[in-house]
Amino acid sequence: MASSPAVLISGLTKRYGKVRALDGLDLTVRTGEVHGFLGPNGSGKTTTLRILLGLLRADAGHAELLGGDPWRDAVELHRRLAYVPGDVVLWPTLSGGEAIDLLGRLRGGLDPRRRAALLDRFDLDPTRKGRAYSKGNRQKVALIAALSSDVELLLLDEPTSGLDPLMEAAFRLTIAEERAKGRTVLLSSHLLSEVEALCDQVTIIRDGRAVETGTLARLRHLTRTSITAELDRIPGGRVLEGLTGVHDLAIDGARISFQIDTDQLQNVLRLLTDAGVRDLTCRPATLEELFLRHYQVAP
Amino acid sequence: MTGTLTLLRLALHRDRALLPAWIAVITVLIAASASAIAELYPQAAERIALGVTIGSTPALQALTGPVFDSTSVGGLTAWRTTTMAAVLAALMSILVVTRHTRAEEEAGRSELIGACPVGHQAIPASAVLVAAGANLLIGTLITIGLAGQGLPVAGALAFGLAVAGTGWAFTGVAVFAGQLTAHARTANAIAVATLGAAFLLRALGDAARIEPLSWLSPLGWAQRVRAFAGERWWVLVLFAVTGLALVGAAALLSGRRDLGTGLLAPRSGPREAAASLAGPFALGLRLQRGSLVGWSVAFAIVGSLFGVLARSVGDLVRDNPRLAELLSLIGGGPSMLTDTFLAAEMGLLGLVAGGYAVQATLRLQGEESALRAEPVLATAVPRRRWAASHLAVALAGSATILAAGGLAAGLAHGLRIGEPVKQAGRLLGAALVQVPATWTLAGIAILLFGLAPRLTALAWAALLTFALLAQLGELLRLDDRIRNLSPFAHVPQPLTGPVDAGPLLWLCALTATLALTGIAAFQRRDLQGS
Repeated sequence: MASSPAVLISGLTKRYGKVRALDGLDLTVRTGEVHGFLGPNGSGKTTTLRILLGLLRADAGHAELLGGDPWRDAVELHRRLAYVPGDVVLWPTLSGGEAIDLLGRLRGGLDPRRRAALLDRFDLDPTRKGRAYSKGNRQKVALIAALSSDVELLLLDEPTSGLDPLMEAAFRLTIAEERAKGRTVLLSSHLLSEVEALCDQVTIIRDGRAVETGTLARLRHLTRTSITAELDRIPGGRVLEGLTGVHDLAIDGARISFQIDTDQLQNVLRLLTDAGVRDLTCRPATLEELFLRHYQVAP
Repeated sequence: MTGTLTLLRLALHRDRALLPAWIAVITVLIAASASAIAELYPQAAERIALGVTIGSTPALQALTGPVFDSTSVGGLTAWRTTTMAAVLAALMSILVVTRHTRAEEEAGRSELIGACPVGHQAIPASAVLVAAGANLLIGTLITIGLAGQGLPVAGALAFGLAVAGTGWAFTGVAVFAGQLTAHARTANAIAVATLGAAFLLRALGDAARIEPLSWLSPLGWAQRVRAFAGERWWVLVLFAVTGLALVGAAALLSGRRDLGTGLLAPRSGPREAAASLAGPFALGLRLQRGSLVGWSVAFAIVGSLFGVLARSVGDLVRDNPRLAELLSLIGGGPSMLTDTFLAAEMGLLGLVAGGYAVQATLRLQGEESALRAEPVLATAVPRRRWAASHLAVALAGSATILAAGGLAAGLAHGLRIGEPVKQAGRLLGAALVQVPATWTLAGIAILLFGLAPRLTALAWAALLTFALLAQLGELLRLDDRIRNLSPFAHVPQPLTGPVDAGPLLWLCALTATLALTGIAAFQRRDLQGS
C-alpha cells in the first residue's frame, strides 16, 4: 500500500525501571520522505529506533513499521530495511569488508557494485580488522553495509557522528541519491545543519515526547525572524515594544534589532517603512534557534 | 604513579561483589575441608592408612600432589586442598588483573583515564595492588581459619602464604600477558594456559615421581612449602621473586608501547568475506573458532600426557605387591588400576570441558552487552537462530575437545602398550560419555542468558559446585543425594564397568529442556545494553 506510512507511532511509552525513556511519543514517517528525528542525547531517539527494530518491547502505545508489527513481524520487516546503530561496534577479528558482506547477506543480499562505489566514496580500507578502526571508520563500515542493500527503509541513528566534514558531505550526497530513488529515511540526529540540509519533515523530541513536527517550512513559520535595520528616526520604543510578537528588542543609535514572530512580520515591516529604512537585514530562523527554543531552560 | 590510589579505589568499588566472593569461596573451602578431615579421620591410625592409600595412587597425586605428612589433620588438609586453593587464587588474580588492565584499555576507558593527571604506570599498578591485596587477605584468612581450629600456627601461616604466593606469581603472569596482546580475551587465554601448563608439569612430576618437573611449577612450590610437615619457608621466596620479576618486566614493556597496542601486531584481513560467511551459524563458528582450536590443542596435549602416564601407574602396582594382591582379590590387575586412573582423568577432562561449554554459550551475552548482537538482530535473523548459533558451537565444541582429549590419551597410552587403535577407541568412548554432562552446563548458561542475563555468572558457580562435589564429595563423605545433584555424578564409566545409556539420554533431555526454555525467554525479553 503506497498510502500507508512507513512508520506510524502513537502514544508510545517505554520505561527503564523508574526512568521514562518514551512518554507518549507520536511519529509518522510517510513513504518516500527523509524524516529528521531531532533531539539531544537521552531524549529517546535510540529507544524509539530499537522499538521499531523489535529489539525492545514498548510498554504502551502503538507502533507500526512498513505496515507490520515491529515485534511480531521483526524478521520479515528486517528484510526490507537497513539500520545504522549510533554506537557501531565491530567484531575485533573480522575485517571491515567481511563485516559489510556478512551484514548484507544476513539481510538478504547486497549489491557488489554499490558496495565498491561506496567503499570508494567513503575512502574506507576494508582489509583492516574491526578493532583497528577508529570511530569514524567503524561508522563508515556500518553505513556502507546499510547502504549497499536495496531496501525500502533506512533507519539511521546519528549516522555521521565521528565522520569528518568531507565524509559528512559524502553522506549527504548519498542520502540525496537515496531520496531520489524513492527510499524512505528516518534520520535521528542532533546535528541541526544535517537535518536542515537533508530532511523534508522534522520531528523534534524532548523527554520522550514529540514537541514539534512538520515540514521545515512550516516549522520556520511557527518561529521567529531576526531583523536588523538602520532607520532615519527611531520610532518611540514603546510603539515597537507594544507590538505583539516582538522579542529581544535592542536599540543602538540608529540601529535597531529584534526578533519577530513570523505571522506578525507584516505589521512590523509597515512600521519600519514609515520610519524610513536605510538598511535592512532580515534572516529567517534557523532550525538551531527553533531547537534551542524548545530545549533552553527558561531563565 | 600519580593517581594510583584513586584508581585503586575505583577498582575496589568495581570489584566490591566479585572479590569478596572469590575470597570467601577459597578460605571457606579450606577451613571446611580441615574441619571435615578432623571429623572424619579423628584417629592418627586412620590418617596414616589414608596416607598410604594416597601414596600408592598416582592418579590422586596427579590431581592433588604428594602427601608429606599424613599423621596430622593439617598435613592431610594441606595435601588435599593446596592445589585446589592455589589454582583458584591464581585464577582470581588473572581475572582481576586482566579486568582492570587490558580489558579497560581495549574498551577505551584507559584513554579517558590516561588523559587525566595519572601516571603512566598507575593503571597496571592499581590492578597489581588489588590482586596482591586480595591474595594477602586470602593468606591471612586461611591462617586464621586453620589456626582457629587448633592447628599449628606455623603450618597455618605457611599454608596461607603458599596459596597467597601462588596468587601473587600469577598476578605477575597476568599483568605480563596483558602487555603481549591488545585483546583482554587473548591476555586471559595466555595467562590461563600458563596456569594449565603449571598444573600439568606438577601433575606429571608428582604422578611419575620426577621432582624437577614439579619444581618448575608454582603449583609445585605451593606444596613444597610443606605446610604442617616441616615448613620450608625459603620456598616462599620463589613466589615473591617470580611475581616481582614479571611485574617489573610488564612495567618495562608498558613504558615502551602505545596505548591500545600489544607487542604482537594486528594483521590485516580479507577485502571480502568468503562465500561461507553467510549466516548466524557461520558467524558463531567464525567468532569462536580460534578459541575452539586452542581448547582442542590443549585437550590433546593434556590427554596425551595422561595417556603416557597411565602405564607408569600400572608399573607402580607391580612394585607394590600388597596393592597388587588387593586388586587381584577384586578381580583386577595392573590394567584395572591403569583404567581407574584413565577414567578419573577423563572425568577431570569432562569438568574442564564444562568450563568450555559455559564460556562458549555465554559468548551470546558477551555479544549482546558489547552491542554486537544489535546489528545482527536488526537484519533478517530471528532471535532463536542467533541464540542457537552460539549454543551449537558450544555443544559441538565441547564434544570436539573431549574427542581430541580422549583420542590423544588413547593413542599415547596405546602406543606404549602396543595397541594404539584399540586404546584410541576405548578412550574416545570414555571421553565422549562425558559429553551429555558438559552439555547440561551449556543448558544452564543459556537458561540464565534468556531468563536473567545479569545473573549469567551463576553458570560458573554451577560448574564450580559440580567440580567441588566431584573432587570433595568422596572425601567429605557427602550424602549421595547431594552428590547426585551434579550431572557428572551420573556419567557411566565405560573403562571399568558396563555403560548404562539411561543417564546419558536423560541428561540430553535435560539440556534440551533448559536450552529451549532459555531461548524462548530470550525471544520475549528486551535486548540489553542500551
